[in-house]
Amino acid sequence: MIRIPCPFCGMRDHSEFTYGGDGSIEYPPLDASKEEWHDAVFLRDNICGVQFETWQHTHGCRMWLVVERDTMTHEILSVRPAHPGLASALANEQEADQ
Amino acid sequence: MTARRLDKGGRIDRSTPVNFTWDGKALTGYAGDTLASALLANGERVLGRSFKYHRPRGIMSAGVEESGAIVTVGEGARREPNVKATMQELYDGLSAEGQNAWPNVRFDLGAVNGLFGRFFAAGFYYKTFMGLPPFEWGHGTRLWMLYEKLIRKAAGMGTASREPDPDCYDHAHAFCDVLVVGSGPAGLSAALTAAEAGRDVILVEQDFELGGDLLTDPAAEQQRLDLVRAVEAAGARIMTRTTAFGLYDNGAAGLLERVTDHIASPDEGIPRQRFWTVRAGATVLASGALERPVTFENNDRPGVMTAEAARVYLNRFGVLPGQRIAIATNNDGAYGIAGELASAGAEVLLADMRNGDVPETPSGVTQKSGVAPLRAIGRSGVEGVEFASRSGDSWKPAGKEPCDLLLVSGGWSPVVNLSSHRGAKPFWNESLACFLPGETSEPIFHAGSAAGVWRREDCLASGAAAARKAMGEEVEEVAPGGWKNAIQPVYEVRLPDSHAKAFVDYQHDVTGDDVRLAHQEGFVSVEHLKRYTTLGMATDQGKMGNVIGLALMADALGKDIPDVGTTRFRPPYTPVAIGALAGRSVAGHFKALRRTPLHDWNLRHGATMTDAGVWHRPWYYAREGEGIEEAYIREAATVRKTVGICDVSSLGKIAVQGPDASEFLNRVYTNAFAKLPVGKARYGIMLRDDGIVMDDGTTWRLGEEDYLTTTTTAHAGKVMVWFEELLQSRWPDLKVHVTSVSDHWAGVSIAGPKAREVIAACLAADEDISNDVLPFMGVARITLKNGIEGLIARISFSGELAYELYVPAGQADAMMNLLWPAAEAVDGCLYGLEALGTLRIEKGHVTGAELDGRVTIDDVGLGKMASAKKSFVGSALRQRSELLRENRPQLVGIFPVDRSQRFKGGSLLCDPDAVTGFGEGWITAVTHSPALGHWIGIGYISGGAAAWKDKTAVAADPVRSGNVDVEIVSPHMFDPEGVRMHG
Amino acid sequence: MTRFSAWNVFWNGLKGQKGWSRQWRDPEPKPHYDIVIVGGGLHGLATAYYLAANHGLKNIAVLEKGWLGGGNAGRNTTIVRSNYARPGNREFYEHSLRLWENLSHELNYNVMFSQRSHVALLHSPGAIDAASRNYNTMRMTGTPDAEIWDLETLKRTIPHLNYAPNARFPIMGAAVQKRAGTARHDAVAWGYARGADQRGVDILQQCEVRGIEREGDSVTALETSRGTIRAGKVAFAVAGSTSRLWNMAGLGKLPIESHKLQAFVSEPLKPLLDQVVVFGVGGGHFYISQSDKGGMVFGGDIDWYKSYAQRGNLPIVQDVSEAAMSILPCLGRVKLLRHWSGLVDMSMDGTHFICKTPLSNLYLNAGWNYGGFKASPASGWYYADLIANDRPHERIRNFDLKRFERGLQIDERGAGPDPKLHG
Repeated sequence: MIRIPCPFCGMRDHSEFTYGGDGSIEYPPLDASKEEWHDAVFLRDNICGVQFETWQHTHGCRMWLVVERDTMTHEILSVRPAHPGLASALANEQEADQ
Repeated sequence: MTARRLDKGGRIDRSTPVNFTWDGKALTGYAGDTLASALLANGERVLGRSFKYHRPRGIMSAGVEESGAIVTVGEGARREPNVKATMQELYDGLSAEGQNAWPNVRFDLGAVNGLFGRFFAAGFYYKTFMGLPPFEWGHGTRLWMLYEKLIRKAAGMGTASREPDPDCYDHAHAFCDVLVVGSGPAGLSAALTAAEAGRDVILVEQDFELGGDLLTDPAAEQQRLDLVRAVEAAGARIMTRTTAFGLYDNGAAGLLERVTDHIASPDEGIPRQRFWTVRAGATVLASGALERPVTFENNDRPGVMTAEAARVYLNRFGVLPGQRIAIATNNDGAYGIAGELASAGAEVLLADMRNGDVPETPSGVTQKSGVAPLRAIGRSGVEGVEFASRSGDSWKPAGKEPCDLLLVSGGWSPVVNLSSHRGAKPFWNESLACFLPGETSEPIFHAGSAAGVWRREDCLASGAAAARKAMGEEVEEVAPGGWKNAIQPVYEVRLPDSHAKAFVDYQHDVTGDDVRLAHQEGFVSVEHLKRYTTLGMATDQGKMGNVIGLALMADALGKDIPDVGTTRFRPPYTPVAIGALAGRSVAGHFKALRRTPLHDWNLRHGATMTDAGVWHRPWYYAREGEGIEEAYIREAATVRKTVGICDVSSLGKIAVQGPDASEFLNRVYTNAFAKLPVGKARYGIMLRDDGIVMDDGTTWRLGEEDYLTTTTTAHAGKVMVWFEELLQSRWPDLKVHVTSVSDHWAGVSIAGPKAREVIAACLAADEDISNDVLPFMGVARITLKNGIEGLIARISFSGELAYELYVPAGQADAMMNLLWPAAEAVDGCLYGLEALGTLRIEKGHVTGAELDGRVTIDDVGLGKMASAKKSFVGSALRQRSELLRENRPQLVGIFPVDRSQRFKGGSLLCDPDAVTGFGEGWITAVTHSPALGHWIGIGYISGGAAAWKDKTAVAADPVRSGNVDVEIVSPHMFDPEGVRMHG
Repeated sequence: MTRFSAWNVFWNGLKGQKGWSRQWRDPEPKPHYDIVIVGGGLHGLATAYYLAANHGLKNIAVLEKGWLGGGNAGRNTTIVRSNYARPGNREFYEHSLRLWENLSHELNYNVMFSQRSHVALLHSPGAIDAASRNYNTMRMTGTPDAEIWDLETLKRTIPHLNYAPNARFPIMGAAVQKRAGTARHDAVAWGYARGADQRGVDILQQCEVRGIEREGDSVTALETSRGTIRAGKVAFAVAGSTSRLWNMAGLGKLPIESHKLQAFVSEPLKPLLDQVVVFGVGGGHFYISQSDKGGMVFGGDIDWYKSYAQRGNLPIVQDVSEAAMSILPCLGRVKLLRHWSGLVDMSMDGTHFICKTPLSNLYLNAGWNYGGFKASPASGWYYADLIANDRPHERIRNFDLKRFERGLQIDERGAGPDPKLHG
């Protein structure tokens, strides 16, 4: 049972979440070439070790998260909202708290 | 073996006799007995038959490692095969029987296999049974299939019931700071230490009593009670009859609690077992150690058991398991029990396999040194033992002794299974001759004999130390070991060149020779050894035999045990009922069921339901005397003639709101949404990134920044997740909020020439839905006569004048109570999915059957909806060559050439000259069309209708109904100009 | 090498099993091989076997980092079937099934291929139509044993499935392939190993590839734990670890993700189920059969998240058990003996790759998703053909890495380019 510390809901079992995919993919603009889109959609680093990946807290806050996780040990190193604005707002808040 | 119950001693309650049956024979035991102890006390010796050779087997142990007394418990639907008699608590009325034998375990015709034992070496079945003997002539699998039938019958152990399990099982969840597994001295001490330090502790014990090793020492009873009381007083949560069967990621443990397996007639509604998921901050494994046997000839005979087992039967169950007892040991552990058995009145011969220093001979015991058991004498029970003494690297006979019980202690194996589940690789300790638990970076700590700590005082200290480590403190380890005289490893005793049956894995009948044969044939790695010989694959998962098997392989290779390795243990530690793992999510509760707000209303009005994904939706509303066909054809015809009402509440509904909502929809859909006026709806198709159609539906512009998007029932969840992902991670700059409102609205479609009339009759006085006010694709907020406020859109899936009317889910019945009488008044009907299918097929509208995740927007004939003026999701990758190929299958309609014929969905469409291969297309759905008066279908065919204008095709359905000649037509089979819906 | 036969089993029984020798040698690595296959699993071993048997090639090595057959060869649920319907897959898996049918004789090793029928349960008229499309395709492309069963036939054949009308998904029929079934997975690896070894192939166990030497666009040598091995041609067959080797060769990304798939076995029972039974509806996925030893062997979906860890977690254990109980409610008191997990290459369309690579003498066999076990004979057959002739056979030309650029997705499920959905 992987347990994911959701930044909004706290520590939850992974069965509350849906795995998205490789979080390092940068999707090109919609008007980019089909070659660029091919690479983003079909090719993967498939890292054995620590990778960034997306999960959605489907049965919770429904936020998409970027999770830093070791694919060998399933250990989770960090979790942040996928939305950059929310991520930085949250980081600022945490900083303020400290 | 002439075991008998003693008049006193043990933890059983002699004032409470317990009646049970064994193979139909009525026997009596006492409260506190296990099935094994009661059978032993009753003098039953042969309790099982082995897997391959059908050798008689008796009780070999007193615990989870039992490999002889494996029986079937219970009857009828409650029959449970493969129960270890040593782990089954006795209860009144328990009925048990032997298994893998005919007619019974005492006299088993299968024992004839033993005569052929020399041919049944490890892996022999890989070398024959292929073809006709003796040289395996032939081809194919025909002969193997015949052999297999016989092999399957002979294999297996117990027989499972074929009736549904009548009992229920629960799932439960718990959290704790420290999970302690095992309640022996180390476990109790760990639980006490952590609980007294204020930690939230769960202590689990697979036995029905706490104490572990303390339970078999009458002198330690006060210590046990004190410890247990202290643990309770410190607030630890204690779970008995509960096995921690597996450790998983992030501190999760799987536990199985046996709630009623020891109760004669449990109250109804009490679950038989509970499967717990515990999330622990840290775990202390005080799971003990298991005594190992030694491999020698006939070491499986009833009456050969571990020394520890005798200690348990004597001290815990008050059973003296033999009168004339020989004990063979290679370590100090068995000395205590030797003295205890002698005190209880048995004649005891203690044979220490070691030369050199050994402990003092207990009083009343005869002792020999330097001899090991070479052979057990006797067939269905031990009658004596032949000893051997060392002769260089080998052994030579050293005399026989009569005995009725042969106890063996070949050393102890710490239970490292649970940390092995986490990938901690156990390592071999030469001086203790055992595997000690491996390193792990996770907060898992071993204590007591699970860590190779043998002495009780040390176990207490080890438990406390493990608890402190679990609390994050730095503590000094308690060193493993503790025997005064070192163990001298002995794994197998045999004369050179002897090929007698000497077992390593009792359950699977794996012998020392089998291990050597594996070596001879090159199966030298542990994993190969295991798979080739099946060593360690039986119900004890190698608890008794793995170490010996490794040792024999190491010997054959001339290597040390650590160089051969160890196999990784897999969960569960002991077998777990599948019913418990499933819990309550079975039968009707398997997978959540979704019902629409109109579910009950529909049932009251005659609906027959069908599965539509996870939903139950009305299939048809049969009237008196109608079957499904009559019903749906009537319903579809009624819609075209007057009006019909259909529950469409299961469609996905997403509120898309915000200043950038138009831009968002414009990117998501292939067609333009930027200029959709408020008060209008538009049909849209969205693609996946790869340019394949994902979903379709209508989007209603309710306000400047306020849209309602509908999706198909099947993809409602997926599209919502997709929108959220796009907005949160790909396009975070868009100011849009999406909310699933699927459950908020109940929706119906009102379709047919009289739809407007019916709705108008239900509206508040000032509402107007005339064509001018609410034209085709118009959307409006609306109030019904009874004050319900909702939304109405003039959209049509059926091709008729049609509206979708949405009201808040709680007011669904109230809406229908207005609409339905109005529809009835004009001879309207309710219609279900089947008629909905008819109407949409007549019109050539697509659903999930057509949008199967492999088709492009052009394939479905809607290529004109893909805007060339903007980019949208999928617009890049839909330009790949294969997706633009000219002769891709296109959506078409299908008519039978002979209009009286019918054909089926799933038929392949073929050129009449080549009704073979993949064909030219396929049929996705069919219906009888009341509007056209014959069967029609929808599907795909290469090149589309244009390419098949002048030729017929064949709808081939070889797996069901054969071939039908068909015409390929436009998918818009009825009212292609759409006159009716604009009316 | 002693031929396997009833006669020799009998004779060796009399002779104390003395006549059996190693089933394959344990040679020292040679400094150079014409062909080096990386991966001593089913696909690698089968490839070596067919290179030797079909193409008469000799100087071949199979490199295995652990022990042969130690990966998915020994971790799968042993189902063999050919009920694939997409062009490409269809012919490939049917060819594989035909190879399976005579494999014991071909290898002189009983792989126990039991053609006991593969029964996929159907729960709605729509599902029956969809299955019929696939099974019609099978019928018309050389698979005469594809059948659609009605409920009565199914009840007669397997009376103890859950036919209760209040079942969550009442059963309405089944799609059946009669020549499909199960095989003894380890025996297949050993049989191919023995066959390859007999034909001169060096099987090098405990030989891990740690580096790949390149000269321009070709591979020259492999750095291994047993020394440097030069190679004329190099062929990868390392399910689950493909990306790691691909990176070692400096080749960047692949259309593959590694996921884990759990498998389960119960305690041994007397015969309880004579077919392979498969369930898949409402988001559930479940398959079960009984091994010849008596264990109920079953499995379900992958664990959904990417993983290189060969161990499972509880949510899937529960999912699979729920399905087991819902299909065969008599399993309640049957006990799970062991569950484990394997590493699978999930590809972007659920279909595999057998193809050339950007390097002139490097070949790829990967992306088997769920299909690896049943595919292994054909996989070896076509891969050997590719390596020997340096061009793809007509039938496998679309199993290349470039197919997504062309827009060709061989997608049996229609799930799209998301590896986790092809389970």
